[in-house]
Amino acid sequence: MLLIYCPYCEEERSELEFRQAGDAHIARPTNMTEMTDEDFEAFFFLRDNVKGLTFERWRHLNGCGRFFNAARDTVSDKFLTTYKAGLPRPDLGTLRPATEATVETYEATESDAK
Amino acid sequence: MSGANRIPGAGRLTPAKTARFVFDGKSYAALEGDTVASALLANGVHLVGRSFKYHRPRGIVSAGAEEPNALIGVERDAARKQPNVRATVQDVFDGMKVISQNRWPSLAFDVGAVNNLLAPFFAAGFYYKTFMWPKQAWKHVYEPQIRAAAGLGVSPTEDDTDHYSSRYAHCDVLVIGAGVAGLSAALAAAKTGARVIICDEQGQVGGALHYDKSVTIDGQDGFTWAQGTAASLAKMDNVTVLPRTTAFGYYAQNFVGLNERVTEHLAKPDRKLPRERLWQVRAKRVIIATGAIERHMVFANNDRPGIMLASAARTFLNHFGVAVGRQVGVYTANDSAYEAAFDLKRAGISIAAIVDSREQPGEGVLTEARSLGIEVLAGHGVVDTGGKLRVSSMSVARNGGGSSRKIAIDALLMSAGWTPSVHMFSQSRGKVAYDFETQRFLPGTYAQDCLSVGACNGTNDLQATIEEALAAGELMSNASGFTASEKLELQGANAFDWTGGMAGAAEGAGPDTTVKAFIDFQNDVCAKDIRLAVREGMHSIEHIKRFTTNGMATDQGKLSNIHGLAIAAETLGREIPKVGLTTFRAPYTPVTFGTLINHSRGELFDPTRKTPMHALEEAQGAVFEDVGQWKRAWYYPRAGEDMHQAVNRECETVRDVAGIFDASTLGKIEVVGPDAAEFLNLIYTNSWDTLKPGRCRYGIMLREDGFVYDDGVVGRMAEDRFHVTTTTGGAARVMNHMEDYLQTEFPHLNVWLTSATEQWAVIAIQGPKAREIIAPLVEGIDLSNEAFPHMSVREGRICGVPTRLFRMSFTGETGFEVNVPADFGPAVWAAIYERAQALGACAYGTEAMHILRAEKGYIIVGQDTDGTVTPDDASLGWAVGKKKTDFVGIRGLRRPDLVADGRKQLVGLLTKDPKVVLEEGAQIVADPNQPLPMTMIGHVTSAYWSENCGRSIALALVAGGKAKIGQTLYVPMPDKTIAVEVSDMVFIDKEGGRING
Repeated sequence: MLLIYCPYCEEERSELEFRQAGDAHIARPTNMTEMTDEDFEAFFFLRDNVKGLTFERWRHLNGCGRFFNAARDTVSDKFLTTYKAGLPRPDLGTLRPATEATVETYEATESDAK
Repeated sequence: MSGANRIPGAGRLTPAKTARFVFDGKSYAALEGDTVASALLANGVHLVGRSFKYHRPRGIVSAGAEEPNALIGVERDAARKQPNVRATVQDVFDGMKVISQNRWPSLAFDVGAVNNLLAPFFAAGFYYKTFMWPKQAWKHVYEPQIRAAAGLGVSPTEDDTDHYSSRYAHCDVLVIGAGVAGLSAALAAAKTGARVIICDEQGQVGGALHYDKSVTIDGQDGFTWAQGTAASLAKMDNVTVLPRTTAFGYYAQNFVGLNERVTEHLAKPDRKLPRERLWQVRAKRVIIATGAIERHMVFANNDRPGIMLASAARTFLNHFGVAVGRQVGVYTANDSAYEAAFDLKRAGISIAAIVDSREQPGEGVLTEARSLGIEVLAGHGVVDTGGKLRVSSMSVARNGGGSSRKIAIDALLMSAGWTPSVHMFSQSRGKVAYDFETQRFLPGTYAQDCLSVGACNGTNDLQATIEEALAAGELMSNASGFTASEKLELQGANAFDWTGGMAGAAEGAGPDTTVKAFIDFQNDVCAKDIRLAVREGMHSIEHIKRFTTNGMATDQGKLSNIHGLAIAAETLGREIPKVGLTTFRAPYTPVTFGTLINHSRGELFDPTRKTPMHALEEAQGAVFEDVGQWKRAWYYPRAGEDMHQAVNRECETVRDVAGIFDASTLGKIEVVGPDAAEFLNLIYTNSWDTLKPGRCRYGIMLREDGFVYDDGVVGRMAEDRFHVTTTTGGAARVMNHMEDYLQTEFPHLNVWLTSATEQWAVIAIQGPKAREIIAPLVEGIDLSNEAFPHMSVREGRICGVPTRLFRMSFTGETGFEVNVPADFGPAVWAAIYERAQALGACAYGTEAMHILRAEKGYIIVGQDTDGTVTPDDASLGWAVGKKKTDFVGIRGLRRPDLVADGRKQLVGLLTKDPKVVLEEGAQIVADPNQPLPMTMIGHVTSAYWSENCGRSIALALVAGGKAKIGQTLYVPMPDKTIAVEVSDMVFIDKEGGRING
């Protein structure tokens, strides 16, 4: 169970209090009705499912109730940082972890084990 | 006497404290503190089980948690039976009943042992190859037979009467393992004032000190030092010492699961105590001191009862005072086994020979063996063993072949070296690194704030272990913000340094042989099975593991994994680290379901939500149904009525007179603020600007993709205040949906959202006499049709308490919904109920509510819609504001597929035979005579018997449904095909006049 830092409560709380809410930094267009089908598809349906660093929304559901953003590594599950909704993506030059490939996959076990 | 093999003066148990237990119907004596394994061995019982696949006789291999063989059933009573208990970790208690497993009719004569003779047909992977055809045989022959033969113990058939507890704990330093390393680390950490938890899986701390009698620490006997250290740690306020507690899982951010066995060792446990306790520990730092596990030697017929690990025999002698044999052989590739021989020899046991696969055993142990008069056969191997239900001989040959010599023995000790227990480290996602020199996987790159010390870190030397552990204890405390006032020092001494060790098959079990040299005892995997797997194309250790099932038994390969890996590497001609190591997964040792489920069973499995009027409804005879977590009154049967009759009466009464209904579970959200209307304009398809205070409107909410998400009536209480209702099931997600948009997409709007579901009790009064029922109870509201028309809301008082009174209807009849603060709900319900009774009305439940709304074609989101239905599909297109420029879902609604022809649309269905009620979920076809698979054009979403219509009614989603009104379609069922006519969705009062009565 992860500990997650809520940028509004300004403390680490148990993962049980939070709910993941999909990708971050996808703004709802103001000109919805003028969008082409392709633009709407890109906005609403297409997601990257990144292996590694990802930006996602979380809600402190059983706490302050606020939505916030997080930079998380999907390989290590580690939260690199969390920040308030509406703020731009943080500079990750300093945050990017040196993640190593897991050894659980077939490809990994076929190559040199770490 | 507690067993003929108990050596007077040996061991640490008290001879006077005896206990009796029963094994397979026979009574045996034991001492307090015995494990089932030590007690059986004391009584000369080596045969304790049959192997999984070949049903070979099996004995006790280890003296600890790694035991692969000695699995037993422990029974307290009919409900408290535990299968697959390792005899080496289960304490004996007085009156205990133990049964052996996987044998029939008896342990000594087991019919299943015929599998051993058929072994050539049971090679690795035989399941995958053998039971392929004929196709039908799998279902009717193979699977039932295999299921009957599979499995080890038998699970209990009654509910567990024990209870289990759960505790969260936080500490600065968690120490896993309380051997020399763990205790030293805990001591150093505790002295700094850090909050320390130290746990150990055994009943007494000490780890390897259980068997290694030669160790002294600060001049004190090692085991005595350990007990004293644990006792003084336990006295400190900042330390928690947890014996009988296994750290079974290491999760993210130093979250470690511990399983404490509280009463498992007690004869008559206090039933108030939990059987086991789950600890969920969040530690700032973790010190892993889990030691090492001795490996067995892989040679022909190495699985006979009486063949065991050298350290196990040492534990049985030095801790339990039990000699595992009288004429004992030793087969080793490692110095440590010599010390087992020395201890046994000094206790008066005859050592037949020490067979050492190495040409050059360690100097120290060799000299000692000579001085004790023990024959050492260096450069030799045990190439076979004899004996049926217990080992009786070993055949020894020079390495490289030649003639063998048969030596009589009654026990054989083996050691191929020590495998560091990197389970916890690996579970923490640390990466192990292979050390070529010592042929071990050791902690490499750390992923979390933890540190391994002692044998699990590859540190062999006692003093080095102590110093490493003391330093770690201090370092980890410093990292948590604590510092030591003085430096701790401890001096350890032991008899011999250990060198040596091997992995893989030993002499006589090499690549060109077909002998049964077991690597995984529990799953009956031999060295040759690994080679077969490689020959058949498995090159990844993960594939080899699954093909052979090596390491997949309940012991998870604690003994076998390294052997399997070494043999695979040899066969593949690659180095061990190039073949890879399988992933260590939780749990370290099996954890009972009781511990994991804990309190979450029975009534505590899921929260139960009851409306304020629940008790009254119960007294009024309501039968309840579960709706999510809610208990809702389903119907109110009277004497002699079944459900059908009660529901029919309720439906008729509502339309003829009136009914009252508990609608408190509906979701309620208070939307307040200067921009409240603008916010609702964006959330709902409808337009809210035009809604005057005091009026209500039915609203539809979409997802951004254009599909119906929820619906409900919204009342405008004031310019800046709306009383929003949602479906019962949708309350929480609608609130989340609204908060999401308000916080992240429309943060410029000045609006507050408050969930008010549980703050209001809601009583619906529906029917021609609804007004008459409530009229005398209401103050301050003109109830006349003119002053208070359908879809209005007023604030006033009812029964003297404040109310928000809605004029609305989910039945098509004149209707009111009384909202009162939850605490007043019962009193108001009672008053209304009394009025209703007097006027011939009744209470009705959710079943009648469903029928009444279906008679009017009112949909239920989630029943008549499924997340792919647009407002138009549900004939609710009128609720979508045509002039609006934005709302959630506005763009989604215009997607090509959502405006295309032929979409599934909600329509009514009337069965040609009015008595036939369709089944909800049944598929609909246009042509019942088409060949299978038929083209299905829709399905039934709601279907009921309508007493008011005198026939069955149904709603259905049908492709192009609205254009099919009047046509005949078919609902094929297993036993018949039902013809239906497509109709509109309103079955009663099509003009809709009654609602305004």
